[in-house]
Amino acid sequence: MTGAGPTVWENALLAAAVHTVMPTATGGIRLRAHAGPVRDEWLTKFKELQTMQTPVRRIPAQIADNRLLGGLDLAATLQQGRPVAEKGLLAEANGGFLLLAMAERMEKSTAAKIAVVVDQGMVTTERDGLAFVSHTRFGLIALDEGIDDEEPPNSLTERLGLVVDLRSVSHREMDADGYVLQDIAEAKSRVASIEINEEVTTAICAASMALGVNSLRAAMHAIQTARALAALAGRSKISDEDVANAAMMVLSPKATQVPQTDTKSEASPEEAPDNEDRPPQQNDTSPEDPDSEKKEPTTLEDVVLDAAIASIPPELLAALKLVGAKGLARASGKSGQIQKKASRGRIIGSRQGSIRGNAKLDVIATLRSAAPWQNFRRRYAPASSRILVRSDDFRIAQYCQRSQTCTIFVVDASGSSALQRLAEAKGAIRLLLAECYIRRDEVALISFRGASAEILLPPTRALVRAQRALAALPGGGGTPLAAGIDSAIALASAVQRNGHTPTIVFMSDARANVCRDGSGGRNEAQAEARSAARSLAAMQINTILIDTSPKPQQLAAELAALMGGRYVPLPQANAQHVAQAVGLLQKSTTPKIEHRGAA
Amino acid sequence: MNRPFPFSAIVGQDDMKRALLLAAIDPAIGGVLIFGDRGTGKSTAIRALAALLPPMKAIENCPYHCEPGRSAGLCPVCSQTPDANTSKPPKSITLPVPVVDLPLGATEDRVVGALDLERALTKGEKAFQPGLLARAHRGFLYIDEANLLEDHLVDVLLDVAASGENVVEREGLSIRHPARFVLVGSGNPEEGELRPQLLDRFGLSVDVTTPTDVKTRVEVIRRRDDFDRDQEAFTNKWSAEEASLREKLVAAKKRLAKVITPDAAVERAAELCLHLGTDGLRGELTLIRTARALCALEGTKKIGDQQLRSIAAMALRHRLRRNPLDDSRATTRVERALEEVFGG
Repeated sequence: MTGAGPTVWENALLAAAVHTVMPTATGGIRLRAHAGPVRDEWLTKFKELQTMQTPVRRIPAQIADNRLLGGLDLAATLQQGRPVAEKGLLAEANGGFLLLAMAERMEKSTAAKIAVVVDQGMVTTERDGLAFVSHTRFGLIALDEGIDDEEPPNSLTERLGLVVDLRSVSHREMDADGYVLQDIAEAKSRVASIEINEEVTTAICAASMALGVNSLRAAMHAIQTARALAALAGRSKISDEDVANAAMMVLSPKATQVPQTDTKSEASPEEAPDNEDRPPQQNDTSPEDPDSEKKEPTTLEDVVLDAAIASIPPELLAALKLVGAKGLARASGKSGQIQKKASRGRIIGSRQGSIRGNAKLDVIATLRSAAPWQNFRRRYAPASSRILVRSDDFRIAQYCQRSQTCTIFVVDASGSSALQRLAEAKGAIRLLLAECYIRRDEVALISFRGASAEILLPPTRALVRAQRALAALPGGGGTPLAAGIDSAIALASAVQRNGHTPTIVFMSDARANVCRDGSGGRNEAQAEARSAARSLAAMQINTILIDTSPKPQQLAAELAALMGGRYVPLPQANAQHVAQAVGLLQKSTTPKIEHRGAA
Repeated sequence: MNRPFPFSAIVGQDDMKRALLLAAIDPAIGGVLIFGDRGTGKSTAIRALAALLPPMKAIENCPYHCEPGRSAGLCPVCSQTPDANTSKPPKSITLPVPVVDLPLGATEDRVVGALDLERALTKGEKAFQPGLLARAHRGFLYIDEANLLEDHLVDVLLDVAASGENVVEREGLSIRHPARFVLVGSGNPEEGELRPQLLDRFGLSVDVTTPTDVKTRVEVIRRRDDFDRDQEAFTNKWSAEEASLREKLVAAKKRLAKVITPDAAVERAAELCLHLGTDGLRGELTLIRTARALCALEGTKKIGDQQLRSIAAMALRHRLRRNPLDDSRATTRVERALEEVFGG
């Protein structure tokens, strides 16, 4: 470790202490780490900071609503012959902590339910004929194992003030011991008397705005973190250093832009690689230009901002600089969307039936149908306090499963096709998006140009975002068609794994001239594209290829045939026709409503 | 326990606050949809509204808190009680206006009401246990993250919100009871779209964004922190402001029926809707009702262009027959139409 700055591990332990001192006020910790000894060690350290009585509950990503929010306790209900309520994990965690396992795979709706409880400090349970409210306050540790751009749902990350990133920490670096129970107790007793003054609030607000952190929650988390830091350091007042550290811990990981001031040069190309070379832990030096260091930071605002910028991870900083002041568009809840389980279908009621095969008993409905007969049956049954249920009371849950469609647009943004036709292609996609909106389909957007293909938008229903991603789509460069087809295949199979039906819409002139490895060569590239098309055909996905070249050409038609898809030349069809063609294609896969008693 | 944040202490977000007040003055406007960034105080404002509203009179022991002194639109319980001329009228009590949360994990039986399991299991009686819709009658029904609500619950809500009546036909029960409530929804557009049918059910729609100047942000955070530190002291500090706002609200409710709606204003509203190509009459109705509520709030005697102009965006922006992708420009479109119809 170079310099005097704390190590990542020390910072991680500090975050654990901060969150323990003020669990509710700091929201929670997003713990980015792979499952392994480092994460386990951190969690052990974290648990050591908690008293014996502190409840710690673990929530799996696919938790059922009745365990999360509470509901009818079936066993006790049957035992006692009257409805017995059961608290959910959110209520059980009162005064303690919740560990969210595999938070990056959590469904948006689960995250939203947790978020509401966090905001209100209570669980409102309205389930299974029961209604009750349980007050609860807890800290959150979201175990985020996301790779690349997998992220927990936004509604969750927004409420987690602290981010601990252990992905770069090796187990040899875990030397520091951090805080002990006694420190926490002292800090807790001290924290209430620590005042927040105007200067601190202003500094944090200014820094969060300069960094493009839009949510006010982040600013509040930062301020509370500063208090906790002061308390942990044994101070009775928040020092400038506390504020700067708080900004580093809370605001930096959420930055979406780097402030552009006149002293700092704009995103110059040579600056970005320079940043990548720096080790990630080096937060004691500013990765800004040397001339920015000449400017002595004078006010607290400047100190805080400089500290925050200095601790933005270099990769992120480079990315932020490239996008400049516009801000990095951060997509939300992708992984939740992609890895969402196949829709199990909603229960559309239950009907009388027998328990056979994978039929699922609707217990509540069964109890309801048995209930009115209890007095009568008891007369003829041996004395028993239990509920007398007969086979004709059984109610079987009926599911209605809708298979959802995801339309994947693969747009050729290369120079050959794009520059002349890209606008028209965009127009056609807009119309298709409008159709998807009506059907509430998901859409995804892939573009390929230059040397590779890129998923601009993972499957989503937020069409406004699709629209935005499309509008910002630049054109130019070569045509890596094979790469485009490959990534469409990958995405389509991910969609299939989720139980949804993919439809792929290619918009290209099919004039491939870049191979998968990024090298040029028209013939090789064409051959690769053809082989990719064949593997796509093997998947038997509904595919449509829209030829964007000025004149319909044999090449594109052949490729469409190889894909086993339809060929629609754009020159003959205006945007409206394209939309119709895709509409026809999807007619054959319109969601079917299946009735079945699924488990 | 947890006190609500005082409504008058909410910094900025004037559109949202005004829309909520107008919907409270005239429930016929049909609710408010609040869409916008996270952490902008959407939920806070609605819970604050609950505390702000003046209490209402209701028939004692009525599970649907029916309004005393009415003969029509009563619940099954109250319409069975003997008539006013044969015996004493039922006792009435004062209740806070219900602001009912529809939590995301709610099951359908709790929303519409179902067989009372407790009584059925222990006594073998077939009784109806009213659900959230019954509780929200004459008050507000709040759906946080409305776009994440399950489709089948949305269907139920649409039906009830349109008819003002909840019809329960399940488990051998056959019950209908009044359920007239103001629907308030909030959500984040990033989470996905709202179904157009549900969108149309909301009378007003407002967009909220995070304040973009440091001063306002500092103020928001300072008040929030003051509140979190000592809820009681903070509430007391704002009690005078709250009381005066409450009085204003009560006065506006009284004035509402007296506001004059000139033909010219109705024509203007129709012209505006025609110009924007909104479907159905809901747009015109909402425009007029909202403008009337605004007059009542301001103390103006009759609806003029000025009132129509200031509420047109919130009343119409979600009704434009639109390209669903064009959402960001809805407000601009309404403003442009205003310029064209009313002149610059």
